[in-house]
Order: sequence, then C-alpha cells, then structure tokens
Amino acid sequence: MLAHLPILQVIVPLMAAPLCLFLTRSRLVWLFTLIASGLAFLISSLLLQQVMVSGTIIYELGGWDAPWGIEYRIDQLNAFLLLIISAVSTIVLLAAHTSIKQEIPADRHTLFYILYLLSLAGMLGIVATGDAFNVFVFLEISSLSAYALIALGKDRRALWASYQYLIMGTIGATFILIGIGMMYQMTGTLNMDDLSKRLPEVAHTRTVFTAFAFVIVGVCLKLALFPLHLWLPNAYAYAPSIVTAFFAATATKVAVYLLIRFTFSVFGLSFSFTALPLQMLFVVLGLLGIFAASIAAIYQKNVKHLFAYSSVAQIGYMIVGFSVSTTTGLMATLLHLFNHALMKSALFLALAAVVYRIGSVQLSQFHGLGRQMPFTMAAIVIGGLSLIGVPLTVGFVSKWYLALATLENGWWPVTALILLGSLLAIVYVWRIVEVAYFKPPIAGRESIKEAPLSFLIPIWTLVIANIYFGIDTRLSVQVAQAASQSLFGVSP
Amino acid sequence: MLMGLYNYWIVVVLMMVGFYIVIAHGNLIKKIVGLSIFQTSVFIFYISMAKVEGGTAPILAEGIRQYSNPLPHVLILTAIVVGIATTALGLALAVRIKEAYGSIEEEDIQKKDNLDC
Repeated sequence: MLAHLPILQVIVPLMAAPLCLFLTRSRLVWLFTLIASGLAFLISSLLLQQVMVSGTIIYELGGWDAPWGIEYRIDQLNAFLLLIISAVSTIVLLAAHTSIKQEIPADRHTLFYILYLLSLAGMLGIVATGDAFNVFVFLEISSLSAYALIALGKDRRALWASYQYLIMGTIGATFILIGIGMMYQMTGTLNMDDLSKRLPEVAHTRTVFTAFAFVIVGVCLKLALFPLHLWLPNAYAYAPSIVTAFFAATATKVAVYLLIRFTFSVFGLSFSFTALPLQMLFVVLGLLGIFAASIAAIYQKNVKHLFAYSSVAQIGYMIVGFSVSTTTGLMATLLHLFNHALMKSALFLALAAVVYRIGSVQLSQFHGLGRQMPFTMAAIVIGGLSLIGVPLTVGFVSKWYLALATLENGWWPVTALILLGSLLAIVYVWRIVEVAYFKPPIAGRESIKEAPLSFLIPIWTLVIANIYFGIDTRLSVQVAQAASQSLFGVSP
Repeated sequence: MLMGLYNYWIVVVLMMVGFYIVIAHGNLIKKIVGLSIFQTSVFIFYISMAKVEGGTAPILAEGIRQYSNPLPHVLILTAIVVGIATTALGLALAVRIKEAYGSIEEEDIQKKDNLDC
C-alpha cells in the first residue's frame, strides 16, 4: 500500500469524481468529496514525510521501465506542492456545503463536487507525474473542469470570464504541447529525467530553443504572469466563492511549479538562463506585475477583484525570486508559494462568508461589517497583514527571504522596489479596514450576524496557520530549502 | 528546403491562421473555430514528425524492416479528445452567453458588462 502512494495521490480524487454521481443527496456528496480530498491530504503528508527521510520516490506505472512507461517522480518539490494543494482543497471544502447552498442551484451541486474533484486530481497529477506529455493531459483535465467551475458563478459575467479563460488557457496549453512535441522530436523521449539527460546534446539546435520559448510562454499564460494575466481577475471575481478560494491558492501555484520544473530540471539551469535573457525578462515583468497589479487593486470597487489583482502582484514576487536563480531566491519563491496559498485561501474564504451573509462583495456594502461580523473581518485583517508582510505572519517570512536573496546578489534596487510594492498592499488592505471598521452599518441591515461555524472553522484554521507558520518556520523553510537545494544539485 | 518540408509549412500556416482568428475576431463561434484550427495544426505537426520515410504501420509482418513511430499518433489521439472537449465546452459557453447577453459579439458583451459595473 505504501509503495503505491504516488499513484493513489492522483487516483483517489480521480476515481471519486464519477462515484459522486451515485450519491444523490447534496450533503452525502459533500461528505464523500471531503473524505476523498482528506485522503489525498493524508497521502501527501505521508509522501512528504517519506521524501524528507529517504529522498526521491520513483513509481513506475504498470511496472513499465521509465523511458518507455510513464513514471511518477516525487522529490521534495513535488511533495511540497502536493501537500499545499491537497491541504488547501480539504480545508476549503469544509465550508463548501454551506456556501454553495446559496450560490449554486440545488440540481447542480453534484456536478460542482465532480468538477471540483476532477480539478483537484488534475492539479495533483501535474505535480506528481514525471512525464512531459502526461503534464499536458493533467493540465487539460484541471483546466477544463476549472472553466466549467467558473461558469457556475451566479453572475452572467462568470460565463464571459470563463470563456475568456478557456481561450487563453487553451492557447497556453497548446503552446506547451508544441514545445513538448519539439522536445520529443529532438530527443525521442518524454520522460522528464531522460529529457534532462538528452537535451544538452542537442541544446545548440534552433528546435530546442523554440521548444523552450513555447513552453515558457505557455506556462506564463497559465501562471498569469503580467502582462498575460488578463483572464485572471474576472475569472476569480465571478466564480463561486468556494471555487475562488480553491483556485487562488492552487491553480497559479501549479503553473509556477511547471515553470520551475521545466527550467531547472528539464532544460537545465545553464541552458535556461543563457538561451533567453530569462533573468532580465522575469525580473522586469515580475516587478512591473507587482506595481501594475497592486495599483489596479487599489482602485477596485469589488473586493474579490481587489484580491484577484493582488494575486497577480504576488505572482510577481514569486517570479522575482525565481529570476534571482540562486538557492535563496528559489527558496523565497517556494516559501511564497506556500505562504500565499495560506493567505489567499483564508482571504477568499472570508469573502465567501461575507457573500453568504450579505450577498455581495462590493466595497460599498462592507460598511460596518467590522462590528457585525467581527471574526470574519478579523480574519480578513490578519490575512491582509500577511499580504503586506507584517512580522509574525507568513507574509513576512517570504518577503524576508526574497529581500535576502536579492541583496545577496547585489540587486539592492530590486529589494527597494519589493519593499515599495509592499507599501501598496498597505493601501488596498487599508481601504477594506477603513470601510469595515470606521463606517456605520448600512441602514436596514442591522440584523446581519456573524457567519456560521462551518465558515469560521476553516477560515480560522487558515488564519492560525498564517500566524503559526510565520512564527515557527521550521517545516516550510526546511522543505523549501531542501527542494531548492536539490534543484540546484547541491547535496544538503 | 521548401518542398522537402512542405508538411511543416502547412503546420506553420495553419497555426498562424488559427491563432490570428482567435485574436482578431470578435465573434465567439469564430474564435472557437480559430482555436480548433490552431490545435489541429499541432496534431498534424505530431503526426508528420512520426513518419519515417519508407516505413509502414507498426505491425509485425514478414519482409518489413522499417516502421513509422506509433507513439506520437497515440499521443495525438489523446490531444484530439482534449481538443473536442475544449471545443464542446467553448460552444456550450457560447450558447449560455447568447442566452444571458443576447449576443455572441465580444464588443456587445463588453458594452453590456461596462453598463453593469
């Protein structure tokens, strides 16, 4: 059983999805989904533990040897990502039953859970697999279910957002497919490990260079790197609140993982950073993303939009860390990946609770909510502090390592800009605080009460995680360090 | 050079035609058509790269030494299925957009969205 964990990680949610059809009652389906996601979480914790103790796990599907068969390869980086995705999915699901009762018509509840599980399985598959074509297949499984999930939103704009995401996402995925095809053409293999050994022999050819360019652009579309982020704000803002909480914490992270995997493992560090001026490109786009998206966030009237733009900005921080291309830089990226997942899932879940109570996330509707929904709003404040990077929250940890990494490289102007970018976060978080705490409640809405426990428990689990991992950084830093060192080929 | 690699030229032309339609057209159905052409070009790319000159289908038979590579064909079967799913979902969304907005022109939809804000 333990030997089969890598495949069970993907198979459990994948198989659970169609089984949902046999359960008719919404509550039953929810419990079943929760159990499947919880199992995935359990498996990923076991995997992480195993990887940290005994190193990379290799699992051959159907017993076929690696270059011919598909292999699943779990190293520190994969295990870390698997844990983030399955943990967030499970915690977010706790609130799903209450939240979708209001946002999705009853006859679509089962479909919602099926899509949710498929999307989860797709993301876990992308991370677990060690086969380049398999990545594309799982990418499309998770994306197709994501488009459908977003289209479930109440507002008609959800349809339009979903359509735009479909177009952009498919272009991105097809670019990745072209890149993989060219790599296969040159090397005759699809196994990532095998590719990394064979690509250097043909690295000077134009085909490999083109393949690299296609893969990078495709992945950047998926991870919403500025200026390819245009699909993201509307998709996040109009999707059902639970879906937003899940995707904001996981979807773009998976794409960041792909970027790291392709540049560091498959193409190799020396090729990736010499073939294209990747370092320059990413540091500029990352910083532009931080500023453009943070400034856009300041002017949003819809709080979901506001945090969606802030997500684009946070992607910018991850990309800056990536572009430093030292172990500390990559570590900062991985830490921010983990930490941002915690912040954004907490924030968007809190917004889901607000939607549940007042049915809107317009900033003008937030008046006086600080007193009416104290626990929910406190969660937004702490999540916001974490976004800014205040000490004792997780946001501080990742900003600290990011600043360290850029300073180590002598990029002090970049460090200064990162800190300046954090100041912008203060502005947009303050706008919410000001409205929620310093304005009187809207007339006729005095009866608004605190969100039910089914919201508060998952929200506060995430908020406490935000504080806990900000103080006790052993787990996250240790894993991130091990992962980035193994990517650089440094033995710890 | 030009004639010898004509299949790749077809791929490139189809790819650019499809990509251009996706970007330039405002009609949602046309966008999906463009997307399909774009994806199809990639299918042809995979299939033509697997062809070995003088090779046949990979079935064991006497007197045949050279086979074409079957793997890209199998891969592209998967990609075709994915492409169909994408097209179907895209069209389904277009139907629902038509019901909700009364139009499938990007400009009209954008205009109505701006009014909502």
